[in-house]
Amino acid sequence: MFLQSLEYILMGTGVTVAVTLIALPFGFLLGLLLALVRVYGGRVAGYVVGFYSTTMRGIPPVVLLFIIYFIIAGSINISPFLAGSLALGIISSAYQLEIFRGALQAVGAGQMMAARSIGMSRLQAIRHIIIPQALRLAIPPWSNEAATVVKDSSLVYAIGVPEILRRAQFISARTYRPFLAFTIAALIYFALTFLTNRLLDFVEARTRIPSLHEMGEV
Amino acid sequence: MIEILLRYWPEFLSGLKITLQLTLVGLGVGSVLGMLAALGRLYGSRWIRWLAIGYIELFRGTPLLVQLFAIYFGLPDFGVTVSRMQAALIVLAINSGAYQAEYFRGAIQAIGSGQMMAARSIGMSRWQAIRHIILPQALRVVIPAWSNEPVSLLKASAVVFLIAVPDVMTQAKIVAARTYQPLPSYFIVAFIYLIVVYALSTLLNRIERRYRIPGLEVESHRT
Amino acid sequence: MNERTNQQPIIEVIDLHKRYGDREVLKGISLRVYEGETVVIIGPSGTGKSTLLRCINLLTKPDRGVIKLDGVEITTPGTDEDKVRQHIGMVFQDFLLFNHLTVLNNVMIGLTKVLRMDPKEAEARAIKELERVGLGDHIHQYPGQLSGGQKQRVAIARSLAMDPRVILFDEPTSALDPELIGEVLEVMRMLAQEGMTMIVVTHEMGFAREVADRIIFIEKGVIVEEGPPDEMFYRPKVERTREFLWKITELYGHRKESEPHP
Repeated sequence: MFLQSLEYILMGTGVTVAVTLIALPFGFLLGLLLALVRVYGGRVAGYVVGFYSTTMRGIPPVVLLFIIYFIIAGSINISPFLAGSLALGIISSAYQLEIFRGALQAVGAGQMMAARSIGMSRLQAIRHIIIPQALRLAIPPWSNEAATVVKDSSLVYAIGVPEILRRAQFISARTYRPFLAFTIAALIYFALTFLTNRLLDFVEARTRIPSLHEMGEV
Repeated sequence: MIEILLRYWPEFLSGLKITLQLTLVGLGVGSVLGMLAALGRLYGSRWIRWLAIGYIELFRGTPLLVQLFAIYFGLPDFGVTVSRMQAALIVLAINSGAYQAEYFRGAIQAIGSGQMMAARSIGMSRWQAIRHIILPQALRVVIPAWSNEPVSLLKASAVVFLIAVPDVMTQAKIVAARTYQPLPSYFIVAFIYLIVVYALSTLLNRIERRYRIPGLEVESHRT
Repeated sequence: MNERTNQQPIIEVIDLHKRYGDREVLKGISLRVYEGETVVIIGPSGTGKSTLLRCINLLTKPDRGVIKLDGVEITTPGTDEDKVRQHIGMVFQDFLLFNHLTVLNNVMIGLTKVLRMDPKEAEARAIKELERVGLGDHIHQYPGQLSGGQKQRVAIARSLAMDPRVILFDEPTSALDPELIGEVLEVMRMLAQEGMTMIVVTHEMGFAREVADRIIFIEKGVIVEEGPPDEMFYRPKVERTREFLWKITELYGHRKESEPHP
């Protein structure tokens, strides 16, 4: 009985991972794009993106999840799983946008100057010089954000997606052992965030630029 | 949407009060827990250090929602019944404490072991050094990074509606049910949060500027 | 100059050993410091001189060996280290003043919190020590507002206020701009003349030659040679001593002319 329950909850892991693997890259692309607009896009665009950032980060994720879900579900017919994942991606894009903005600015105007001085266009400079360094600088805070998205994926419980938490709740109702069920859920999440952090530590070590100032250090 | 707000503002207000209560208590109790955990992690014996690290990693590495369910639904397993509000307060405090512990730890480490050495060299005990030399400086230095936490906690507290704590989100659901219109209610809630977050951020900014020590800063983390 | 007498040394170090990882930094150091002596320790960087000082005031735990203060062993387990440190002062290379306290409070806090002195008494004593080092006019300023030389003098006053049996100086002028070194050395010279027992790790050869009662040359974790300045500089028994002292003297220039006036 216990093993069956454990297995049932564990299967939710796939859903959780799937939600994360949709939300995080979506947030990455959107966030990076918006960050570039913010830093290089001129005053008006900068303000608009700034407004987006402040708004999206000033509202609790669960509230935004509901709003975006209701909007999406109201217009097109997609599963709560997909709607929830996209919503989480949109939410994450605001936080990632701030991370990339910081990284782009940390790379410094000097690098841009140097790139232009050998004849690169702005776009080339951004693509070949700025972004590679910025991405590297962004890894520590980004790994924080990745772990956060893993944890926030539990929010799709509220829209009925059968991820880890919802399954744990089901088991807790079935077996009358709620503490055990939810502790198992917690431990699975813990393992996921732990692995995420280790994975990104590995990426950071592998892509290390020797002696370059790190953004994430105290 | 305006009509709904005008008609149901008492409900939203009562929900807001609960939300603010939760945040305030969570922040306060959490700061005590956080400070204890940070000190334990930095200066404690081996067992205390492991306990502190375990606490911090566990509550930072798992979703708040799961912690909430585990406490609210799980405590009865041990014969302890808590009300929804109590469960929410407990979890928010413990959760916030774990995050605050990391802010405090960063600040204390930023002050540096040199200050500790200097304090010991005039005969202060470790505890005296922590109390008179390290903490006064650390508490000033931590302010910029720490001021992320009140806003984070405020936003995080929104999930308590999922165990039917009567916060502002629960009220929105009630109003949504009555008006058959979910979206306007949720927009109102979003708007309320935006305003409160803005007010809170401005307040914290002002405090930070007043107490800043130039040259000593700590990296900030989002929850 | 003190002859080695039958009196009890204030500090006695017996066969001190300390290693960090697989590097043995102190390989059996033994020495004695008597009341009123100024002992200067010299040697290449990284040879454990700072470690030696930090072992003497128990900030660092030695692996092996005995340290005695006024004949009482302080390395026995169970010793109240905090109490010991009330009697052994230390002045650090990077000053380590308490940044959040005024100059006056920096000197007072040891008196009020550690010695439980009456605040009025403590303040009077603190002011006296600060005037002794020449900083009576700066007592309400914060460390951030002082020059390096002034900071170090506050640090010295902070140690003096505790009325220690001996003060340890860990390269007290190494972090200072050249023109500020003089004011600190001047204070140290004054203390030596007034009879303070001092153990000083330094590269300042002029100070060593003029103020030290004894110079100890440490290299690679062992004492190479020790003796009064005249001997060490002009009639050293070990060739390495001569080599080191004169190389350093060349490096730091001839100090006789540029030394501060008493």
